[in-house]
Amino acid sequence: MATIVVDVMLKPEILDPQGNAVASALPRLGFTFATSVRQGKRFEIVVDGEPTAAQLAEVEKAAEVLLSNPVIETYSVRVEN
Amino acid sequence: MRVGVITFPGTLDDRDATRAANVGGATAVALWHGDADLKNVDAVILPGGFSYGDYLRCGAISRFAPVMKLVIEAAGKGMPVLGICNGFQVLCESHLLPGALTRNSDLHFLCRDQEIEIVNNRTPWTNSFTAGEKITIPLKNGEGSFQCDDKTLALLEDEGRVIARYVGKNPNGSRNLIAGITNERGNVVGLMPHPEHAIDPLTGPTAQGLGFFTSILNAMVK
Repeated sequence: MATIVVDVMLKPEILDPQGNAVASALPRLGFTFATSVRQGKRFEIVVDGEPTAAQLAEVEKAAEVLLSNPVIETYSVRVEN
Repeated sequence: MRVGVITFPGTLDDRDATRAANVGGATAVALWHGDADLKNVDAVILPGGFSYGDYLRCGAISRFAPVMKLVIEAAGKGMPVLGICNGFQVLCESHLLPGALTRNSDLHFLCRDQEIEIVNNRTPWTNSFTAGEKITIPLKNGEGSFQCDDKTLALLEDEGRVIARYVGKNPNGSRNLIAGITNERGNVVGLMPHPEHAIDPLTGPTAQGLGFFTSILNAMVK
């Protein structure tokens, strides 16, 4: 079994109120390291055996059509070992 | 004149939309998300709510409901479609309208009476209003901030495709105070606030929302 990970992030120019809320909560707890925070989504897709190139292409397609909204988001696909 | 009102699992406002369509003078026809038939309707309303629990993104899963395939096809041929709130989100996810609705800028779920200005009264859903007319109807959503890239925004403005704007302080961070837009052809309209909750002063802040539902009748009779 392998896990294909799809990370979905808001495009940099899209306002991220959740990320901003996290960024302003951090210093209140004494964590002063962050200049900004962006929040995204992570999908873990489990497949049997090593993913084939065809499977990865299908996942790319699914990421484009369903997992992300290309109007406001970008995605990246990778295999996690 | 038959106006279809679609119910997805998690839709809330189908009853009010049905009532508003009937009060406006049309015959409302209930459509189910799994329907493979639009039942000879002349127009379709996608009401508000939390279709499919708003999972993944608002409207993202509803877009693939069997009935949406027919709605997308019919809209392409010019059938009037109105998406209210969650319905607007579904229309954006379906690419019938440009842009996307994102989390309100202050992260709060808003529920209040909101003044909006009807900017474009040339659509089948807004022809009962005068351009520049200000109306007050409920606004209730957590993800109502209209976002798009600069090019799309310029296109919407240049082509007069913004149909309504918020009046006063921006409630949710929407670009250019956009409360509603239409497609290039003008038959598909998305609106964040809820006209169907304001058709009778007994139950709504005003009866000014009714204009959306009398407009569709005018458009069809013409």
